[in-house]
Amino acid sequence: MSELATAAERALALAADAGADEAEAWCERSVSRQIRVYDGRVESLSDAGSRGLGLRVFCGARSGYAYGTDLTDAGLAALAHAAVGAARVADEDEYAGLPDECGTTPVEGLFSPAVREWTTERKVELALQIERAARAHAGVTQVEDVVYADSEGEVALANTRGFSAAYEASAAWAYVSAFAGEGADLMTGLGVGLARDPGGLDPVAIGDEGAERALALRGARQPKSRHCPVVLDAFVAASFLGFIGGMLSAEAVQRGRSLFAGREGEEIAWSGLRLADDATDPGGLESAPFDGEGSPSRRTVLIEDGRLATYLFDARTARKAGRRTTGSAGRSSYRTPPSVSTKNLVLDPGDAPLEELLRRAGDGLYVTDVAGLHSGVNPVSGTFSVGATGRLIEDGELGRPVREITIASDLVSMLRSVQAVGSETRWVPFGGSVKAAPLLLGEMAVSGA
Amino acid sequence: MSGLVDPELAARVLERALARGGDFADLYVEDRSSLAVTLDDRRVERPQTGRERGASVRVVVGDASYFGHVDGLAEEDLLRVAESVAQAVRGDARAPAALGAASAAKGHEVRRRPEEVDAATKAELLRACDERARSVAGEIAQVSASYAESRRRVEIYNSDGLAAADDRTRVRLGVQAVARRDGRVETGHETLGGHAGFELLEADPEAVAESAARKALTLLDAVDAPTGKMPVVVGNGFGGVLLHEAVGHGLEADAIQKRASIYAGKLNDKVAEPFVTAYDDGARANAWGSDGIDDEGTPTQRTTIIEEGRLTSYLYDLVRARKDGVRSTGNGRRESFRHLPLPRMTNTYFAPGDATKDDLIAGVKRGLYAVSFGGGQVEPATGDFVFGVSEGYLIENGRVTAPVRGATLIGNGLEALAAIDGIASDLDIATGFCGKGGQRVPAGVGQPHVRLRALTVGGTASS
Repeated sequence: MSELATAAERALALAADAGADEAEAWCERSVSRQIRVYDGRVESLSDAGSRGLGLRVFCGARSGYAYGTDLTDAGLAALAHAAVGAARVADEDEYAGLPDECGTTPVEGLFSPAVREWTTERKVELALQIERAARAHAGVTQVEDVVYADSEGEVALANTRGFSAAYEASAAWAYVSAFAGEGADLMTGLGVGLARDPGGLDPVAIGDEGAERALALRGARQPKSRHCPVVLDAFVAASFLGFIGGMLSAEAVQRGRSLFAGREGEEIAWSGLRLADDATDPGGLESAPFDGEGSPSRRTVLIEDGRLATYLFDARTARKAGRRTTGSAGRSSYRTPPSVSTKNLVLDPGDAPLEELLRRAGDGLYVTDVAGLHSGVNPVSGTFSVGATGRLIEDGELGRPVREITIASDLVSMLRSVQAVGSETRWVPFGGSVKAAPLLLGEMAVSGA
Repeated sequence: MSGLVDPELAARVLERALARGGDFADLYVEDRSSLAVTLDDRRVERPQTGRERGASVRVVVGDASYFGHVDGLAEEDLLRVAESVAQAVRGDARAPAALGAASAAKGHEVRRRPEEVDAATKAELLRACDERARSVAGEIAQVSASYAESRRRVEIYNSDGLAAADDRTRVRLGVQAVARRDGRVETGHETLGGHAGFELLEADPEAVAESAARKALTLLDAVDAPTGKMPVVVGNGFGGVLLHEAVGHGLEADAIQKRASIYAGKLNDKVAEPFVTAYDDGARANAWGSDGIDDEGTPTQRTTIIEEGRLTSYLYDLVRARKDGVRSTGNGRRESFRHLPLPRMTNTYFAPGDATKDDLIAGVKRGLYAVSFGGGQVEPATGDFVFGVSEGYLIENGRVTAPVRGATLIGNGLEALAAIDGIASDLDIATGFCGKGGQRVPAGVGQPHVRLRALTVGGTASS
């Protein structure tokens, strides 16, 4: 048994001693590195280890949570005592409890040893390559930030119903923020890459992407207000899909905080739209063999042929709704108790390349960045007004760059107004972990000058 | 209070950190504990507590920082992390200055230690908030409330001989109310928090709940927001998030030094009318973003960032201050021992003027009164910002009229500063969390009522 699994088992025994009827221990250990380069040199380099344990206890129908970094017997005993003490404060919750269904789903490729085999020097060189690639573009006036980061870690989960499992995972990612123009005309562009190890990152592609996205916006001005078709690029589509995914959590639905409440089975989107949440896709960095409370991972179709197929459930929300868990208990670290969340949202690609989406839009707006999504959307009504940056679409082609605009609509109208999904999908770290594609939307209110 | 690490051990850690050279090294030690309780749907749930101890070591060589952290404060862990950080440096060993015992910072008064208040009292507080919010009107359909307390004891030792300690206690209450009428649903939110003890929540904490409920209720009658350029009066307290986002971030010295800020090269320039003064004040008594020292051991202070319309200072941590040959302004902050310090705001606010809120509104023929924001985003490089208005009203002929929903403010920090044409006297500071570089720290945002001559409002009404 691994050291983590042993600590988890010990915590369960101590929880029972402290008076818990049932308990669950999540123990993790990770090593993470981050390299930031600027102007051809290392600006910061960090290498850090972390380990801790989160203990959830149930005393009758009350539950409490405690976490800590001290994994000695004394530390774990204090944790068990704190968790039981916390449970005493809670009101009774008839739906609280460990999942009825525990188990694991084999997912290949979560860990790549290359993440630790690469030397620090090689990783620094990768970051410098990104910076050079971005600076090589004529018109790039500054490369503000280049970050390479990776992590490797092990997670062990055990509960008093006999579930005990562990897995190892690794991740490597990098991004660059490049500038084009100067002073008041300065525009920024972001390039990103995600993989399981540094060998899976293409530094030149990341650098090029940051530079090209900035250069495409050079000379942007505020356009006149209009109603027009809109094309969202994959970054922006991912941000919206991530927001919508959050609204499909049964937690949000049951608490009356989702505009999708009571709409299961209804048509909420264009008939060609298909969106799934998949915790078993090795390409998605949120994949794992089991969820945050030990239910086996799976793929759940959320929107099929435009209809809302299901919400995402953990054990508690499933019990309350008389349904089964979808394995959607999320956990960002040992410091947080499990709660419903998306894993990897996957949008089914369409068959139109971006050029065709633009052609079909005719005269419209191509959006490459949105700002204020989380403050600009009313989660209950779904109405939104967000800041946007991008290019006009003129005669079916990309035209002049525009900024300081807002686009306004509501999420369901927007989903229904989708006219085509692009054929090029990619993993994007916005809105959670999302495999997104560009989207062609019908007319939206675009306000500028 | 007994120390977290022995100064003699701290000295050995720093010596080991500089074993292969470096201009500067520091050791940051932290012991943090927290408690959070929430109430949702009339039930107290998710009570949780945490206790973390850990340390980090940083070595600065020229413009480069090398960093490592470890969970736990065991002697061998601290020495190992110092050694691993030193591995990245290529040079000759340097001896750090001698260390004394860590001297306690001038802290902020805590009259009633939150951890000494019974947990049941905190649960009762949430129930009282629930009741008060629901008592405001039958339309209040749902209430959630959260209480959080934290205590962070930190010690900082550096190779210049600094040995400093701080003991930080924060409490915060937040209430969200949902109002429902004829299929229409609106939410209202209010918070109260500070670098203080439980005494902060003893006067009339339920007023927070009442305020959240009234906001939600008001929005039920909201009309679509107008669109276009118009005068905007921004509310006091959380309205200051506009200053924080659109100006403050651009004054943080890391952005300035990378020429990633619209404010680079503008020191001493006139950026606003002469009646505009603004501060970043990490020493303000018991304010949410205050500390005794920053996370590099520099005492917090009040820094004038705009004085009578002129830009007067950037915000520095030690590394950026050294590069510019100036002193740190006490803005080197970190989320925890797991993070490198960055120049960050503390409590940022406009100084009060002599107008009243009513004066400011009376001078507007047609405009928007933006009381509070749901959040905002800014691109520091350009100063472009977008804010969602969570509570707003039309101003017509000098009077506040209908509530509006879905309004956003779009603009540019420099243009917005230049557009300020009136400041009231009613300064208030609200509690926010500021995210930057993957780190989240408590930040106070505030201002009196402020009027801007013209700002673009992105609304939902077709114009």
